[in-house]
Amino acid sequence: MKSTRSPLDKLPAKAPTGIAGFDEITGGGLPHDRTTLLVGGPGSGKTVLALQFLVHGAQACKEPGIFVAFEESAKRIVANAESFGWKLAALQKKNLYFMDAQPMPDLIQSGDFDLGGMLAALEAQTKGMGARRIVFDALDVVLALLPDPATKRREIYRLHEWLLAHQLTGIITAKAGGDEASAIIEQPFGFMQFMADCAVILNHSVLLGVSHRNLRVQKYRGSGFDENESPFLIGNSGLEVAVARTPGRVDAKVSNERVSSGVERLDTMLGGGYYRGASVLITGFSGTAKTTLSGAFAEAACGRGERTMFVSFDSDCTEVVRNLASVGIRLDRYIKNGCLRMISARTIAGSAETYLVRIKTLAKQHGARCLVIDPVSAWYKSGNDLTAQGVADRLIDWSKGDGITLVCTSLLDEMSNRAESGSPLQISALADTWIHLNYLVQAGERNRGLSIVKSRGTAHSNQVRELILSDAGVTLTDTYTAGGEVLMGTLRWEKERAERVAHEAAEAAAKLKRVRLDAEEAELEVRLKSLQTELVAKQVEKALLVRSTQSHEGELSRGRTQMKELRGADAAIPGRKVSPP
Amino acid sequence: MSRRALFKFRLYVAGDAPNSAQAIANLAAFCRAHLPDRYEIEIVDVFREPKRALAEGIFMTPTLVVLTPPPVRRIVGTLSHTQTVLQALGLLDIAA
Repeated sequence: MKSTRSPLDKLPAKAPTGIAGFDEITGGGLPHDRTTLLVGGPGSGKTVLALQFLVHGAQACKEPGIFVAFEESAKRIVANAESFGWKLAALQKKNLYFMDAQPMPDLIQSGDFDLGGMLAALEAQTKGMGARRIVFDALDVVLALLPDPATKRREIYRLHEWLLAHQLTGIITAKAGGDEASAIIEQPFGFMQFMADCAVILNHSVLLGVSHRNLRVQKYRGSGFDENESPFLIGNSGLEVAVARTPGRVDAKVSNERVSSGVERLDTMLGGGYYRGASVLITGFSGTAKTTLSGAFAEAACGRGERTMFVSFDSDCTEVVRNLASVGIRLDRYIKNGCLRMISARTIAGSAETYLVRIKTLAKQHGARCLVIDPVSAWYKSGNDLTAQGVADRLIDWSKGDGITLVCTSLLDEMSNRAESGSPLQISALADTWIHLNYLVQAGERNRGLSIVKSRGTAHSNQVRELILSDAGVTLTDTYTAGGEVLMGTLRWEKERAERVAHEAAEAAAKLKRVRLDAEEAELEVRLKSLQTELVAKQVEKALLVRSTQSHEGELSRGRTQMKELRGADAAIPGRKVSPP
Repeated sequence: MSRRALFKFRLYVAGDAPNSAQAIANLAAFCRAHLPDRYEIEIVDVFREPKRALAEGIFMTPTLVVLTPPPVRRIVGTLSHTQTVLQALGLLDIAA
């Protein structure tokens, strides 16, 4: 984009304004060496924008600047800008010059005049300090003194020509009659919009009592730009313009690291916890322990030593701390050691945009790695309907870009069938993890149930768990499903007790049976032993019998041989059968 | 107001711009007509002396500064409306 400028360059070089977001919209800043028209109603931030442009030029771009004040006195402008911390006094010595050009109240006018004197004076000043930037604040004031449109036009041309001739990057601010940008075209200096190379319209409107500021680049010769209205606000250090993520921006680094949700069982349900840098949405009716759950997350984050910021739109910080302490979430020690920053933003009417920018600034200051916003649905209050969604989008985009793990709660205000259909802000579509808390009314009891509606990139439990708050902290228990119904609270307890009793009975019965079997076994064993003994006796008896039979037969044969010998009978001839006598 | 008071004028002009030339002519004619022999005119060209214009806060040209008699007054424009100038100088009743 940036190239060394040569006369042949077709693309105009840009003069950065240093305004967060504005340079992104315009692709680098205002057209260098050319004139920009800044139009807006009273209090729309014209002077601040123009001054910031000069301050940035003087501080960061080595481009000294001149501020021509037609309306407010230079002294007052400097005093008003002091709160932005721009160190104007130091800049005024060398690089920033204020020229008081307010028409005096006692000015007497007789006939036609022109701005030649001012331009001559400016020329001297420009040369003297080597100014590169110039702002004409509230040119309409001096134009109003000119008698007719033709003269006004002539003076505008004179100014324009002078700016071009001196190659100054200029801003001319002018008041618009109404909020409608088209209204100024009707005015005598409306044609300035056609003459200038760049025109920016600032808008300040009040919708249902909530102030909204936005700006729109109406034209930018020779350059592309974001044509939409971009909300902005005047913060502590000047203008801050909210920009939507532009396509082609480098994606944030995706982390696989898990961070604990502060509830052990919930971590298990989520497969290890939230992803670092993820955005988590906790929805539920009031009293479903959304704050408690987010408090547990904050405590866990601080426990790991990560700087955390807790923004509460519901109640004061001290109240939040006290209430969380009652369920064993102790945040006070982390507040004391500076790890945790509590911010209370009780919902007074304010634009969502303002809140976002404030939160961003504070988070940056604190160096927060984890952020809790409780509840984000506060933004959805009256007057913010149109912008809240965009703000929520940007919130998530920003937290992802900065790698901040974001937990926001969202209140569902009606006990209607919207319960599961998404939070009013529709963040649910953008959030990475969506935890839904609800009540289950059963048997005269109201119990809290937790379910994970979605969790990107994570295998997660699909079971509804019961969320139990106690002095010891937050725990989840399995719910009982009986006959297709989920049981919680006392019913679950009764069911558990019944099961316990049944289990004990079964155990006792089993014991009894075992004893009986043992006895039978013992009896059998005894019987087996006596039988064995009997067997042995029988065997002995049998052996005795065999042996006595043998000895008897031996006696008999020996007796016969002896008889033969005694009778002197022939020796028995082998092979011949001897017939018995 | 003294009839004989001396009027000191300083007229800032932007080179030879038509407005400025006209103012010079108008002032001269005015003085001749209404303040004979009791006026002094200094003409400052802001193109030649821009620093002076800056220091003295002259942004519109032509500008006529009435230095004396006090108070110091500034009249912007070509001075073509004689009545306005007379009024500004407190000469209306005298002229009447």
